[in-house]
Amino acid sequence: MSVSTAQTSILDRSAPPKLTHPVRRRKLRYALTVLAFLLPSAVPLLLFVLGPMVAAAWISLQKWNLLAPMKFVGLDNYVKLLTDRTTGEVFLHTVYYIAGYLPLVYIGGLALALALNTALKGRSLLRGVYFLPVVTSWIVVALVWRWLLNPSNGIVNTVLGFFVIAGPGWWTDPVWAMPSIILASAWKDLGFVMVILLAGLQAINPDMYEAAKIDGAGWWRRLFSITLPLLSPSTFFVLVISLINGFQVFDQVYAMTGGGPNGASEVVVQQIYDLTFRYGAAGEASALSWILFIVILAITLIQVRGQRRWVTYG
Amino acid sequence: MKRTLIAATGMLGIVALALSGCANTPAADEGPVTITYTNFISNDGNEDNLQTIVDAVEKENPDITVEVTTLPYADYGTALQTDLAAGTQSDVFDIEYSNYAAYQANGVLAPLTVENPDAYRQSLLEAYSTDGTSYALPSSFSDVVLYYNKDLFDAAGVDYPTNDWTWADEKAAAEKLTDQAAGQWGDHQPISFYEYYKALAQAGGKFLNDDKTAVAFNTPEGLKAAEWLVNKSGTVMPTIEQGQGTPDFDTNLFKDGKLAMLHTGIWIFGAVADVPFNWDIAVEPGDTQQASAVFSNAVGVSATSEHVAAATKWAEFLTSSDTMVQTRLDAGWELPPISDEKQLATYLDKGAPANRQAVFDSLDGIALPPVVAEGQTEMQDIMGEELVEAQAGRKTVQEALDSAEERINAVIGG
Repeated sequence: MSVSTAQTSILDRSAPPKLTHPVRRRKLRYALTVLAFLLPSAVPLLLFVLGPMVAAAWISLQKWNLLAPMKFVGLDNYVKLLTDRTTGEVFLHTVYYIAGYLPLVYIGGLALALALNTALKGRSLLRGVYFLPVVTSWIVVALVWRWLLNPSNGIVNTVLGFFVIAGPGWWTDPVWAMPSIILASAWKDLGFVMVILLAGLQAINPDMYEAAKIDGAGWWRRLFSITLPLLSPSTFFVLVISLINGFQVFDQVYAMTGGGPNGASEVVVQQIYDLTFRYGAAGEASALSWILFIVILAITLIQVRGQRRWVTYG
Repeated sequence: MKRTLIAATGMLGIVALALSGCANTPAADEGPVTITYTNFISNDGNEDNLQTIVDAVEKENPDITVEVTTLPYADYGTALQTDLAAGTQSDVFDIEYSNYAAYQANGVLAPLTVENPDAYRQSLLEAYSTDGTSYALPSSFSDVVLYYNKDLFDAAGVDYPTNDWTWADEKAAAEKLTDQAAGQWGDHQPISFYEYYKALAQAGGKFLNDDKTAVAFNTPEGLKAAEWLVNKSGTVMPTIEQGQGTPDFDTNLFKDGKLAMLHTGIWIFGAVADVPFNWDIAVEPGDTQQASAVFSNAVGVSATSEHVAAATKWAEFLTSSDTMVQTRLDAGWELPPISDEKQLATYLDKGAPANRQAVFDSLDGIALPPVVAEGQTEMQDIMGEELVEAQAGRKTVQEALDSAEERINAVIGG
């Protein structure tokens, strides 16, 4: 989008009323230059994103166990998935994950951003520390959390034991498996949300707070009337990114519970993985990928439309 | 003008880069060949032993070089399947009995001309042949036995297990040997698909019906077998919350001297060799009959390999040569799949445990895993999940079996 606007603005500036030969040549040269600059990202995008997407669309119409040749089955895979109880369950688990994860990571990230936006001592260090989990491998984080949440000898249940609280079975218990994953995920992504919101906070003109203070607005009043509305573009960005990532949740589930116990934390992408590599149903897995893509696309479009109602720029 | 040129050159460069990936067609090798071999059998301790066999085959066949890739067992299945889908599989690769049928049916295994079929234990060779043709060669076999801590038995004044023990004997001993307050447990047996089909055979039941289109375990025998496993949890065996079911939990508990009896394979002989207490093994107790789980690994040759003859030569060397037999026996690296009982007999004198005879006695009653051509992994997953549901007390054993029956039938019924 930004490229095409740049193109028009430059052309507007340089184009005389009638197109002459040298101008057309300049235009071609311009297009080629743009293309050359785009290539480094366009080629990987084509090879590793668009190509596989088209391939997955084709595979989703086949019965394929990865070993024997594919067999065309039309829309059978889609019909099977849409009538299979498991599909509903894995989407439900994914939505459950998002519903738990999103408020936790947003409110936590906001609290951190607000705290570290003040003249706190050592705040640069703290910002770094809170961002550390974001760049840490999920496998490492998941193993540490599995250990923290170990039902018999994990730190969390040991500490709860000091207060005579019997800790739950965490990832060994179907009821607590998803909350365990949500907790670990929110902890890991807190730093990311913090950084985005921190940038948003720093873009707010301090004069506004000054003026509000003079008018007698308290801390909460300033938060709800100045900070949150002016932070809404950052909030919108966090929401869109977190929802997309939330629907694609996989690493932490794979490493912490593997979708268990008894499928209690099986999410959409874990199901795609299992279908392909464990159950030899690559066609169904590709169809499920496309269903997931359409769901994410629809939700993102709704968000983009809905943002007009609550996001304020400037 | 200059800028256009730069842009165009850049583009050409990238296109060339992209295309060069497709331009590398392998040349057909004459003379010396390199065979690639991907395995899991040597992972975690037997890498050097495999290298000994590789060195021997290369010495005997100067034209053949074997390039080994070793992967952990947990990742092996996924890696192999991905390679097969992409056509990048090795010339020779490991397979297991439980997925032989699926790989054979899908045509990824080359039919093999075995030079010396008599060298193999016939039942094992036949397990990997279809319609009289070998499609893979057994590389080893092992069975599951009952390990026991002699010191704990002595302290509790309980008689050692014998080959004639039944479930009732095991249960009585396990109860006497369990002291939860001291963190000492009487028994450990995984609650899994693999233990269940075996316990089912011990109780006289069957997992699948005759034409393998439906399960046949939802019977009094099936219920008894499931209860046998499930009821150990929390009474004589730790619960899931206490760590049961996590990797190596049982072996470590046994090594710590906190476990009196352990059901596991002979592949941990090496791991428990240096424990500071006396231990031995016995044939696993049965119920109405004795039945032991026998696991065997095999190697297949890729149907698309360009060197099937050389690859077969390596496969046969790896599975039947004297070097292999000696290496495996010396290291206690499972058992060589050979027919020569005299060679095997030396296995009996290779040190702890004393009662190595139990390894062979177990072969008198074998329970092979149920195998279906499609839906094998799902079947195993479902069975394991439902048994754990019963173990955790979220379902009764009967409810778990009902649910397993319904779910597995939906998968394998076609």
